[in-house]
Formats: sequence, C-alpha cells, structure tokens
Amino acid sequence: MTALALQLLQMVLVLAAAPLLTGVVRKVKARLVGRRGPSPLQPYRDLLRLLRKEAVVAENASWLFRVAPYLVFAALWLAASLVPTFTTGLLLQPTADLIALVALLASARFMTALAGLDIGTSFGGIGSSRDMMIASLAEPAMLLVIFTVSIVAGSTALASVADYMREAEVGLRVSLAMALVALIMVALAENARIPVDNPATHLELTMVHEAMVLEYSGRHLALIEAAAMLKLLFYISLIACIFAPWGLAAPGEGAAVAAFALTAWSAKLLLGAIALAVLETSIAKMRVFRVSEFLGGALLLGLLAVIFLYVSRGI
Amino acid sequence: MLASILIALVPLLALGPASLVAPRAPAARIAVYGGTAILAGAIGLIAAAHLVTGSAPEAAGLPLGLPWLTARFRLDALSAFFLMIANGGAAAASIYGIGYGKHEAEPERVIPAFPLFLAAIDLTLLADDAFSFLLSWETMSVTSWALVLATHREPDTLRAAQLYLVMASGGTLLLLMAFGVLAQLAGAYDFESIRSATPAPAAAVLALVLAFLGTGSKAGLVPLHAWLPLAHPAAPSHVSALMSGVMTKVALYAMVRITFDLVGSVPWWWGGVMMAVGGITAVVGVLFAIVEQDLKRLLAYSTVENIGIVVTALGLAAAFRDNGMPEIAGLAFAAALLHALNHAVFKSLLFLGAGAIATATGARDLGRLGGLIGRMPQTAFAMLVGAGAIAALPPLNGFVSEWLLFQAVLKGPLLPQWELKIAAAVIAALLALAAALAATCFVRAFGIAFLGRPRSPEAAAASEVEPSMRWTLLVLAGLCLALGILPMLGLMPMTRLGEAVIGAAAVPPEARSWIWLTPPAAGGNSYGGIVVLIVITVFAVMTRIGIHSLASHRLRRAKPWACGFDAPVHAAQYSASSFAQPVRRVFAGLVRAEERVDMPEPGDLRPAHFAASWRDASWDFFYNPIGAAVGWLSLTLNQLQFLTIRKYLSLMFAALVGLLFLVAVTQ
Repeated sequence: MTALALQLLQMVLVLAAAPLLTGVVRKVKARLVGRRGPSPLQPYRDLLRLLRKEAVVAENASWLFRVAPYLVFAALWLAASLVPTFTTGLLLQPTADLIALVALLASARFMTALAGLDIGTSFGGIGSSRDMMIASLAEPAMLLVIFTVSIVAGSTALASVADYMREAEVGLRVSLAMALVALIMVALAENARIPVDNPATHLELTMVHEAMVLEYSGRHLALIEAAAMLKLLFYISLIACIFAPWGLAAPGEGAAVAAFALTAWSAKLLLGAIALAVLETSIAKMRVFRVSEFLGGALLLGLLAVIFLYVSRGI
Repeated sequence: MLASILIALVPLLALGPASLVAPRAPAARIAVYGGTAILAGAIGLIAAAHLVTGSAPEAAGLPLGLPWLTARFRLDALSAFFLMIANGGAAAASIYGIGYGKHEAEPERVIPAFPLFLAAIDLTLLADDAFSFLLSWETMSVTSWALVLATHREPDTLRAAQLYLVMASGGTLLLLMAFGVLAQLAGAYDFESIRSATPAPAAAVLALVLAFLGTGSKAGLVPLHAWLPLAHPAAPSHVSALMSGVMTKVALYAMVRITFDLVGSVPWWWGGVMMAVGGITAVVGVLFAIVEQDLKRLLAYSTVENIGIVVTALGLAAAFRDNGMPEIAGLAFAAALLHALNHAVFKSLLFLGAGAIATATGARDLGRLGGLIGRMPQTAFAMLVGAGAIAALPPLNGFVSEWLLFQAVLKGPLLPQWELKIAAAVIAALLALAAALAATCFVRAFGIAFLGRPRSPEAAAASEVEPSMRWTLLVLAGLCLALGILPMLGLMPMTRLGEAVIGAAAVPPEARSWIWLTPPAAGGNSYGGIVVLIVITVFAVMTRIGIHSLASHRLRRAKPWACGFDAPVHAAQYSASSFAQPVRRVFAGLVRAEERVDMPEPGDLRPAHFAASWRDASWDFFYNPIGAAVGWLSLTLNQLQFLTIRKYLSLMFAALVGLLFLVAVTQ
C-alpha cells in the first residue's frame, strides 16, 4: 500500500517539478549573462498557454503524428517516475531495470523521430536524422556507463544500484569518475543542451531537437515540451541516484526520513540545474559534425571505465 | 514424432515436381503454397510439441543414397527448435505467397522450387550423418539459387546468383572438409560416432575453423557476407523472407551443432574469436543497412547485423561453457536462440512487408516511396511493429533477446582470462552501438517509405494489398508483440535444449514465470514485458484523459508550417540519402563513403551536382583479390590443355611416382 502511495506521489511530484526545474535553469542562465530573465514559473504558464490553444496539424499528417506526443510523454513520465528520487520503495521499482530504462527512452526517441518525418518537410527530416545520429552514439555510451556501474554494484536494477552505492564502501574510484563524466556528456546530448544542441535556438540550420518537433502546436507541443522537461529531470535524478544517493529513504523508514529525502532530492535538482546553467553559459555550441567526436569521447570514456575497473581489481 | 515429420516431408517433396504439370495455372499456385503452408505448419507444430513435452531424442535410418549406407535422421531438442523456427517462417511465407504469387511474372520459376527448398531445409535440420547433412545442405543452396534466378530478367540478378552459387559451393566445400576432419578421427560419418570421439586439440581447431567459415558464409558473417545483400533481395519477396529469416538460421543451426555438439571440447579462445567476428559483423552490417537505398537490400544488410548479434551470443556461451560456468553460458545461449527466433519473426515480417510495398508501388528504392501510411494503413502498422521490434524497443520481442544478451555480457568480468574480459567489454560497446544504429536504420526505413509525401507517382497511387498478404503481416506483427510481452513463449521450449547442449537452461522450470523474466544467472535482475506494456498503456491513457479534460479540443488542418517556407514538392523533403548523411559522415572510414559536389562557377548556367557513394570494403580486400587469384590460376593452368601426348604421359608418371613416394613416407 505504501509502495503504491509513494509511487503515485512520485508520479505527481516529477510532473509538478519538471517545469520548475527547466524554469530554474533558464533563470540562472539569464542571471549569469546579466539578464533578469523570466520567473522560474514561466514554463508552467507556457504549458498552460499551449494547452489552451487550438492544435494546428498539417493536412497530410498521419495518425502517427497525433499519437506520438502522447506516447512520448507517457514514456518519459514513466521513466521519470521509475528513478528512485527520494525513496527506493516504489511500486514500479522492479521495472526500473537500467537497460530497460535506456530502451524506454529509445522508444520515445523512435516515435519523435518518426513524427519528425511524417509531414515531409525538410526541417523535420534534418532534425530526425541528426537526432538519431546523436542518439546512435549517446546510447552505447550510456550502456557502457551502466555496464561499469552494474559491475561495481552487481545489478542492473536501479534500486539495488542506489542501495549499493549508498551502503557499501564504494570509495572513490577512477572508473566511476569516468563513468560519471561520460554520463554527464550523454545527458547533455540527450537533453539537446549546449554544446550538442541549443534548446533556445530557432535558427534553422542549428536546430536538432527543435527542428524535429517544428510542426507541433497546441496541446501536442505542450506534451512534447513537457516530455523534454521530464527528460531533464530524469537525467539529473538518475545521475543523483547513481552517483549521489545520499539521503534516499529505504522502504518503511518513516515520514521524517522521507521528508528529509525529499529535501535532499530538491537540493540535488537545484544543484544540477545550477551546474547545467553554468556549463551552458561557459561553453559554445559545437558544429553538428563535431558532436560525433564529443560523443565518441563519451563512448571511449565508458569503455575505459570498464577496463580501469578490471585493472583496479587486478585482472 | 520423427516418423510423422518424415512422412510429412514426402508430400512436400512431391509438391514441387507435381506442380510442373501446369505451373502457370492459378490452381497450381494455390495448391503449392496452400499445401506448403499446411505441411510446414504441421511440421512446426510437431517440433514444438517435441520441445514442450520434453520427449527424448528419436533417431531413424532410411535406406537412401549409397547402397551400403543408410541415411540417418534424428530429432532432438536442437533440431526441433530450429524446425519450429524454419517451418513457422515458411508457413507465413507460403500463406503470403498465395496472394503475392498472383503478381509474379514467371510463376513457373518459383512454384516448383519453393516446396523443395523448404524440404531441403527440414532435411538439413534432421540429418544425423555427414552425407545426408551435406546433401540436404547443398540441395537447400541449389533450390534457393534457382529461386533467386526467378527474377532473371532484372539486371543485377545474374551477377547476384553467380556470386551466390560460388559462395554456397565454397561454403559446402569447407563444411565437407570440416566433416572430413571430424569423421577421420571418429572413423565414421554418422554424428553419433563423431560426437563420442574426442578429437585431438589441433584437429578440433581445424574442424572448428572450417565449419565456422562454411556455416558463416551461409549466415553472412563479415567478410563472407557480400553475396547476401545481393542474393537475398533478388529473389521474390516471400523467398527473400525465407532466405533471410529461415535459411540463415539453418546456417546458425549447423554452427551450433558442430561447435557445441559434435566437436564438444572447444579451446577457451574460440568463444573470443566468435564474439569478435560477431561484434564486427553486427556493426558493419547495420552501417551498410543505414546507407543502403534499396529497401530489400537494406533488410538483407540488417540480417547480417542480426546474425552478428546471434554469433556474438554463441561465442559468449562457448566462452562461459568452457570456463565451467554453465548457468551463464545457458543465459547467453538462450539469448542467441531467442534472438534467432525473434529475427525469424521480424525479418520475415519486414521482407514480406517490403514485398507488399513492391506489389503496391512496383518500387524497392526508398527514393521512390513515401506517404504510404495513408494508403496502406494495415501494412504500415505491421511494418511499424516490425521496425520497432528489430530496433529492440520494449515491449516488443527484439528487446527481450537484447536484454538477455546484455545480462550475459555483464557477467563478462567473471571470465578468468583477461583477453575474454576485455573482449566482453568491447563486445558490449559494439552491441550497444549496433542496437542504437539499428534504431536509426529503421527510423529511416519506415520513415522514408511510409511517412512524408509520396516521392513518385506510383507511391501516390498505391493501394492496400490482398488480404492473404495483409493478414500474414498482421499475424507476424502480433507474434512480435506476443513474444515480447510473454518471453516464456520463446524460452520455455528451449529449457531442455539449453540443458542438453550447454548443461543449463537460462530459465529452469522452477524459475519460470509468465510475468517476470528472471533468469537465475542474471543475479536478481528482471524484466517484465507485460508489465511494461500495461504500465505504459496506463500512463498513456492517463495522459490522454488528462489532456482531454485540461486542454482545448480544437484541431485545425492547415498547410505544413516548415518555418513559413514550405515548398510543396516532394523533392524538398528529406530523402533516404540525406537522412543517412550524418551516419555516413561519422562512419565514413568504415563504409568508404565519398561525397562529390560539383558546383558551377557564378555565371555558369549548368546545374550543380551532388553525388554520395559508399562501398563495401570487403570487395577490395577479400573478393577481388581472390577473384584475381583464381583468374590468374586458371589462365596459368590453362596451358595444361595444350600439351602433347608425351608430356601428358610424363605428367601422369610423375604423379604416380609422387604418390608412391608419399605413401612410402607416410606408412
């Protein structure tokens, strides 16, 4: 029963917190470049505005175009609800296998990329094509990070990984540091952040993710945007859960611990948002075809992490 | 059960020759395909029953072939599993053929060979001695070669068929030598004797290498794969489905039979070799699939990729088995076999779907398709499921075998040899890369063919195909989902198979659950396909309800936005080539990609040109050198045909002396 209640709480929480997280990132970025910036609550207003508007759909759009936003949103919402953000005692925890999570995100991307091709405009195509190229390199890097982490923790189940990282004497490990850097690089790419993509751009030739969803409007766009916000929340929570699981409440630890865990999670999210904003303001976006070097680096870092692990354990 | 399968094979063998009475009559088409479907379905069901009931192996000897030899056949768990795959795929292709065959220009070239092809496949899977095996294997090659030649009026077919024949004969030759080595040591050609003999390590390695090359050339391992993307697509689509979905599995069966069953003790590094070749095959295959423009050839390259994945898993199984970890070996072995089964399902679906597209539009080139989702909704839906399955997306079946394989790869650190440990890590990277690239490949294949605007008048005028074709596609799509959400459907039949071949099943009966897939060797990790499906459905329904109660319901149809600049011509949209451009550039070294831009000077009125090309490097470093060597050798030896009688006689004398010397030395 508690597991169900906690699961429902987490589902509501991630949904409520995701726009705020994006709002905070935008606010901090604006402050860093000397602008006042909109209120952190602005994303909520944007989403509500989009929901109120009529949806304009191209004449030749197929059913896939209209179904995709719902599936993409559902997949990201599910993914964000599976990560142990403040407790490991969630009802759906058994489904939170890291490999399955990666595949869930891949399904969402598959649908988005197809929707980008559905109308038959050049922007949709350029977005889909580049997004899939980025994903083709980011996904293996992510799996190698998972490989490293699960060799250390002995499991691919996210809750077990978090428990292990929290309780066992993991210590500082070179391979885990490499895995962390690789995961951050993957997270930047997957969330279409600088230096891989620019979430704020609407300059045609530099867009990747934005180009792919260019044809969406109204409630469909609201879903796509909300899904992107959930994805950011998912990745920050995932990094926090694997590499900084302190403060996570184990099942049945009482309300006080849970309240503390919630505060800890909020602090981690805030920290992640500030770090992201600082990173994004301090580097420039790279050319699309440099992305392969960036992500190839992440891939090799993941591989090195595994090999270092062997070396440190004495082959 | 073996007796009933052998009895069912008699009418199957008779169907082909019988159809020669009136091969062009519609009745012949319906009789042959209908009969093949019924017989294949029956054989598949018998094989499945053999697996599920856990019956003991059955053997039979028939007085066929040379008078002093009997042709031996045996039905054990391994044969039965592959019989189930082969006949399931064949039944689907046959039912589809009833409708598809109507559009065939020369049905008399397809109908007689089709049932023979299937019968040869079944006999190969049942054979229990080297003679019957090689005879069936070669019959399978020759009948499929004849089926490829059914489209002999198309320009590329003759070259494809010739290359196929050469590669198939070469493969059979290697297998013949492999069996020769094994039988030499065992003293007999039947599998029972070979199995019980323990070959010397060097001889075992020689047999393994020969058999790996022989079966690998049929399965499409890099660099022996180059014939596959030429020959498989050249055949009519239901035959392509059979070749890609089923015949490659027969090659895998032969690989498993020889490596795990007949040779028995394998040196520890052999698993590493298989893993390396498999991993490279997977990545190379999918990269060429991404750049390929022809839909059926794209699917054939993707077959190369999937065979690579299966061989990697088999290599992993061999490595774990020979290091005394049968549970993990069983996990990898189950991943391999489940992927073989899954691949048979979704590759058949995709090839048959490509055939439906070809029937509706007359085109296989992605550049002439587009927008078919509106005109062929059922085909499009089935193909979407197939694309998702092959891209390993949950909750479809491709993901289950992928998950199992990754669970086995994750146990790589337990291997005692550091070479294998590092290999497991690199394999993980290669497999993950192949999986991610496969998603890109099938976004492109499905997106360019079915979405967007029609790229040709034929695509714009396409209409849905016959019911027998559509329903086959939909049933196969349903199977993709069923095997994805209930992985036990595929894993339960292989419980005893794993025990028999490896020594442990991935999911032993006590760990069996229809909801959660929890292989004991995966150390507590679990995947619940049906749970994922239910949960994602609940989330999607909640989203839908939420949006409907919160958001505006208004919807307006308008012209596409495209930043306000939408050129309403199909050529302005992204093409198959432009979609592949980022991957082509990133992996330019591997696919030998080149882009040539011819931009006229200002004032020059000729049109600008852009050409992108790519090239399979195996031609440069493998096929062409071998071809050149063979050509040189034939030219040199050609002089032997123009000698005088004196010289011929002295040559014979020299040969005799040489042989006598050899005998004297060896005795």
